[in-house]
Amino acid sequence: MDDSPILAVTGLEAGVADGDLEILKGVDLAIRPGEIHAIMGPNGSGKSTLAKVIAGHPEYEATGGGVAFGGEDLLEMEPDERAQAGVFMAFQYPVEIPGVSIANFLRTALQSRLEDGEELDLFDFQELLMERMELLDMDLAFAQRPVNDGFSGGEKKRNEILQMAVLKPALAVMDETDSGLDIDALQVVARGVNALREENPEMSVLLITHYQRVLSHIVPDTVHVVVDGRIVESGGPEVALELEAQGYEEYRKAHAA
Amino acid sequence: MPSNEIIQGLGLDDYKFGFVTDSEPVFKTRPGLDADVVRQISARKDEPEWMLERRLKALRIYEAKPMPQWGGDLSELEETLSRTYFYSKPQEQMERSWDDVPENIKQTFERLGIPEAERKILAGVGAQYDSEMVYHSLKEEWESKGVIFDSIEDGLKNHPELFRKHFGTVIPAADNKFAALNSAVWSGGSFVYIPPGVHLETPLQAYFRVNQERLGQFERTLIIAGEGSRAHYIEGCTAPVYSTDSFHSGVIEIVVNRDARFRYTTIQNWSNNMYNLVTQRALVQQGAHMEWLDGNLGSKLTMKYPSCYLMGEGAHGEILSIAYAGDGQHQDTGGKVIHVAPRTTSSIVSKSISKGTGRSSYRGLCKVYDGATHARSNVECDALLINETSRTDTFPYIEIDEKSATVGHEATVSKVGDEQLFYLMSRGMDEAEAMALIVRGFIEPIAKELPLEYAVELNRLIELEMEGSVG
Repeated sequence: MDDSPILAVTGLEAGVADGDLEILKGVDLAIRPGEIHAIMGPNGSGKSTLAKVIAGHPEYEATGGGVAFGGEDLLEMEPDERAQAGVFMAFQYPVEIPGVSIANFLRTALQSRLEDGEELDLFDFQELLMERMELLDMDLAFAQRPVNDGFSGGEKKRNEILQMAVLKPALAVMDETDSGLDIDALQVVARGVNALREENPEMSVLLITHYQRVLSHIVPDTVHVVVDGRIVESGGPEVALELEAQGYEEYRKAHAA
Repeated sequence: MPSNEIIQGLGLDDYKFGFVTDSEPVFKTRPGLDADVVRQISARKDEPEWMLERRLKALRIYEAKPMPQWGGDLSELEETLSRTYFYSKPQEQMERSWDDVPENIKQTFERLGIPEAERKILAGVGAQYDSEMVYHSLKEEWESKGVIFDSIEDGLKNHPELFRKHFGTVIPAADNKFAALNSAVWSGGSFVYIPPGVHLETPLQAYFRVNQERLGQFERTLIIAGEGSRAHYIEGCTAPVYSTDSFHSGVIEIVVNRDARFRYTTIQNWSNNMYNLVTQRALVQQGAHMEWLDGNLGSKLTMKYPSCYLMGEGAHGEILSIAYAGDGQHQDTGGKVIHVAPRTTSSIVSKSISKGTGRSSYRGLCKVYDGATHARSNVECDALLINETSRTDTFPYIEIDEKSATVGHEATVSKVGDEQLFYLMSRGMDEAEAMALIVRGFIEPIAKELPLEYAVELNRLIELEMEGSVG
């Protein structure tokens, strides 16, 4: 198996596009195919910024360092090109698209991956969608609802997981997907991710979270702790447990400038 | 007559679309308008004296009424009208060849997925129409039920009493300046009569007819839906109409008799040099149900407010409208509901999209007369702005003279958000695809009411439009 990382973040510095504030102050991270990395950190540490810079959010800008995805310079690519290359970000706050059903949305997303002039076969799509929804144990009627419009927090996150299952990314970036979920919803999300990983062990996951509890459902290979825009500690799952016991205060003190 | 003059006579002034024609000279009036022109039109149509009198009277009203000072910018219209040919003999005489239709127009039709036969009609190529067979069998069905679906001219000729009883009763010439103009110079349009109790499953589609006779600049349509009847009339098409006329002013009158249900669907996409000023109104009698489904695309300026006059107890009126204003275009559209009788109900849902320097205005009137007890009306208008330069306004007029009436009004303005675009792009769609999906979602509540083939065309058209919306 090729051991080169699918995602290589080197010395990444980034901030808000039209502000002076530097949020990431030199982040290094390498994720190999099939690995699950968790990024933990207190509010304002920059962990969500990392997710957004990887996905190409227009409000964030890399000011130094680089991000390579499958050997390509990710920062040079538009958000849609990144998605087509195999990056998927599950949003912390999924956006409402009134009047557009989830099915129609996913069909358009898949259609956009085809060459010009190629038409997605409707029956193939239906079949894929049904199969994916079965895998995630979802009610088929869910796909007929307008994207995130009037959804509960849990439904929005389920929708993110469904999209991930249909689009089958090489790298799933989960931006605090667990925030605000009750334990049942959390389990639904975790089961989905685990089912996809079982199906495709090569899929890598970058799991950004505030809390340890999700990590007992989605077990990481590596846990990184981010404080003030830098990774201050990396290790196995035990790091998360220690963190849960001590809180972030110790790290803050240790790394206060 | 040299051939270039013939072409001018057809209004193809500057060869804009490069159509050429070898046809023989056709009859046309001279540019501009006076009583002689009106007499000529009436004589050409071999009309009875009363109709000529009506036309002449309407002309006097037109001349006396000032240009409207509200709505869109009509300052250049006077000049346009002075060089307008108010009547030219319609198109069976003006054979264009499909080969003469410019490549870019053919490509637009191709990309819209319009059947070839229909494309030819849209391009003004008077060709045999594939669905003539379909039309023929439908026509037999309609005739056996006593349904009349004729050109307005044939309606006057063949059904003079019915025609005279209703013509101009819903929209009198004095209603507004352009209704007066239309009443003076009308030509083309449909005459429809549905006998009491007759239910038509298949919509009456204007394009079955217009291949024989081009949709007029001053079209006039009169529809009478008999007691307890049900029918749906569809006019227009989302494909661009490459008319080279720069002025269109139609009048549509509909009488919906007791307990009848009638729906009038029109989707039109005019070329962007066009003033489109249309008056359309329905009289809705006791227990009857009228729906306007109105789509306005293209044109330089459209002013159009489909109306329901709810005359009888329990009458219901519904207006669904979509307007799309692209660069340099102004869509001033909306609807009017007039509650005259008790327990009448109405609803207006208006969706507008403005792109580039486009401007859309919602202009609506809800009037409830004293005595229209327990009338209920609800108005919802939503505007979507695509670019920073796009503009929208809302002018809701509400006049309530009845205490027991319930009237609701809701207006929203939204912009295509960066967050929405990013969300869709992060799933692989490019910016134009993302934009088109958002717009399609926005108009979905109305688009789903359209006949399938129209909805599909509308969606494709939005995709084409959005391709140009991103820098």
